[in-house]
Amino acid sequence: MPDRELDNRLLILEYADLQRLFDALHARGYSTIGPHIEQNVIVYSEIRTVAELPIGWTDVQEGGAYRLERRDDAALFGYTVGPHSWKRFLSPPLRMLWRARKTPEGFEFLDDSAPPPRYAFIGVRACELHAIQRLDAIYTGGGVIDDDYQARRSAAFIVAVNCGKAGATCFCASLDSGPAVGPGYDLALTELLDGEHRFVVAVGSPRGAEVLAELPHRTATEGEIELAEAVVAQAASQMGRTLETTGLQELLYRNIEHPHWDKVAERCLTCGNCTMVCPTCFCFTIEDTTDLAGQTAERWRRTDSCFSTAFSFISSGSIRTSAKARYRQWLVHKLAAWQEQFGSIGCVGCGRCITWCPVGIDLTAEVAALRAEDTGQAPAEPLLEMA
Amino acid sequence: MQTPLRKLERPAAPVYGSNACKPYRCRVTRRVQENDDTFTVELTPVSARQHGAFAPGQFNMLYVFGLGEIPISISGDPADPDRLVHTTRAVGVVTRCMATLREGDVIGVRGPFGTHWPLDELKGRDIVIVAGGIGLAPLRPALYQLVAQRGEYARVVLLYGARTPEDMLYRAELERWRARFDLEVYVTVDRATGDWHGNVGLVTALIPRAPFEPRNTAALLCGPEVMMRYAVQALQKRGVGATQTWLSLERNMKCGMAMCGHCQFGPHIVCRDGPVFRMDRIQRFFGKWEV
Repeated sequence: MPDRELDNRLLILEYADLQRLFDALHARGYSTIGPHIEQNVIVYSEIRTVAELPIGWTDVQEGGAYRLERRDDAALFGYTVGPHSWKRFLSPPLRMLWRARKTPEGFEFLDDSAPPPRYAFIGVRACELHAIQRLDAIYTGGGVIDDDYQARRSAAFIVAVNCGKAGATCFCASLDSGPAVGPGYDLALTELLDGEHRFVVAVGSPRGAEVLAELPHRTATEGEIELAEAVVAQAASQMGRTLETTGLQELLYRNIEHPHWDKVAERCLTCGNCTMVCPTCFCFTIEDTTDLAGQTAERWRRTDSCFSTAFSFISSGSIRTSAKARYRQWLVHKLAAWQEQFGSIGCVGCGRCITWCPVGIDLTAEVAALRAEDTGQAPAEPLLEMA
Repeated sequence: MQTPLRKLERPAAPVYGSNACKPYRCRVTRRVQENDDTFTVELTPVSARQHGAFAPGQFNMLYVFGLGEIPISISGDPADPDRLVHTTRAVGVVTRCMATLREGDVIGVRGPFGTHWPLDELKGRDIVIVAGGIGLAPLRPALYQLVAQRGEYARVVLLYGARTPEDMLYRAELERWRARFDLEVYVTVDRATGDWHGNVGLVTALIPRAPFEPRNTAALLCGPEVMMRYAVQALQKRGVGATQTWLSLERNMKCGMAMCGHCQFGPHIVCRDGPVFRMDRIQRFFGKWEV
C-alpha cells in the first residue's frame, strides 16, 4: 500500500506531462538514469525522454532465463528488474581512488579528482530502494565513510515506481522490502492503465515537492487512490518465490557443514553472476598499477566477487578453494552474517541472482532444502587428534 | 619500571575513505635479513608526519609504488612508535619486491588497523605465548610490553616453533630473553639441522609441560591456522579455556576499512573485529573447513 501518511498528498500526473518531469530534472542539473532496452534486456542507462523507456514491454523471468515480451498496452513500467541495479551508479564497478607521481622523496599524490555526478534515478522499485539503504549502511554507516558514495547518494534524486506485476523470481514480500515503495524516495509513481494513462504520485521529500510543483498536476480522486492500491496488491499476490526468514541466521550457522552444500557445488559454476547482478553485493578489490614508464601510479577500486579464488587468497593460498565454500560464503554472508555486520538481512528479494544464474540455482530453494534437512542442531564436533 | 604508552588515537571527526585509502610515505631506515626469505624493515616518515601509536597485535597496510599493497603486522616496540618495524616473508608479488628494498627507499604505509592483544586486561596472570614461524612477528610487540611491565604479570612463557633452527626469527633477542630469569622461553624445531641440540617437534607438544597455572593463564597464539587449532586443544586439555585464549587470524585484506568484504570470517570482519580474537568469540567458525 502507498504510505498512509502521504495519502492526503497523492496527486495525479498525466502521461503527457511525464516528459516534463525529465525536463525539470535536467534543468536542475541531474543526469536522468532509467530503464532502457539494450540487446533485448532492460538495463539502466542515461535516458532523456519518456520515449526511451521500454514502452509496452514486459519481462518473463525464471531460474536461468530472461526474455522480453510485448504487453497489450503501452505501460512504461510494466516489467520488474533486469540485470542492472542502481549500485553501478552509486558505487561504480571501476573507480580510480587516486593517482600519484614518482618523486625523489618517494611519490606525491596528484589532485585531479572530479566532482561526482548528480543522478536522478527514474523507476526505482521498492526492493531497489531497500538495496540502496543496505549500501548506505555499508559505505556510510561504519567507522569510515566512503565520501564518493556519500556524495553520489545524497545528490541522487529518486523517482520510485510501485510494481504492478511481480516476476516468477520475485520474493520481496517475504523480506518486507516490497512491492509497495517504502520511505526514502523523492517522488513515487504508481502507473494507472485503466484506459486513461496516468500516474498517481506520492511526494516523499521537500525537493520532490519542489520538482512536482513545476509540473501540471491535480489531486487524486478516491477512485484513483483505490486503483493505485489495487496495482500494488496485484503485484503482492504474484510473488513467484518465497523465503522463510524465521530463524534463518541460526539455521545457516548450525548447518555450515551440512552435506547439502556439496549438492549445490555440483551445479555452481562459481561464475559470480549472482554477485554482479545482486543490488546489495558490495565487495570490491583494490588494484594498483603504473604507466609503462613506471612514473605514475594509480589506485583503482574494482567490483569483486567472493566466487573467485583470488578473493580469499593469503600467503598460504586461497582460503576458499572449493565451489562449495564459495557458494556457502555468499549465501551465509547474504542471509546470516550480514545481520550481525550491518543490522539487516543482505537480501531484498529481487530475484536477480536466480534469473541470472546460468544454471538456475535458486537461493530460496537452497534455503528450503536446508530447512527440510535441518535436525535442529549442529553435527557433533569431531575430535582433533594431536599429530 | 613501566613505560607509558602513547594513547591510541580515536578519531573524533569522521574518517573519509578518500583520505583513508592514501598511504603516507616512509623511508626504510634499517633493514635486517632474518633468514633465507624473511626480513625486517624499520620505517621513518618522510614528511613531518608521525606514525600513529599502535598496540601489540595491530597491523599496517604497506604499499610498494604502483605494485600493490599488503597487510603486515607491526613487530616493533609499542613504547617506541616512532620506530615502525615490520617483519615480512617474501612470498607474494609485493613482498618479493619489498625484499629488494634498501635503506633509503620509500614505501607507503596506512594504519594501524585492527584489534590488539589485550595485555592491560591480563595483569596479574600467567601469560603463555605460543608462536609458530613468522607468527612470532605480531607477538614481539606483546613481548616488548610484557618485558617492560614485567612486574605486572605472573609468569611469562614463550613457546616458539620454527621449521629449522635457521628459520627462527629474532634469534639474538630469543637468546637474550632466554637468559632472563623472569622469562620462560622454550623453542622447538620441526627438523633439527647443524648443531641443534634443543627440542624437536611441534610447538603444540611444548604445551603439556610448560610451566603455568592453567586457571590463572592467558594464552596468546599466532601461527598457521592448523597449528593454532592444535594449540587451542592442547591448552584446553591443560584447563586453559576459550575465554582465556586469544589468537590472531590471517585473511585477505584490501581496504582496512571494513568495507571491501575480503577479510570476512563468518560474521567477523577481520580488519576491524580482528586480527586478534578471543577464542570463544570465534569458536563457532574456527577450524571449520574453508570458512
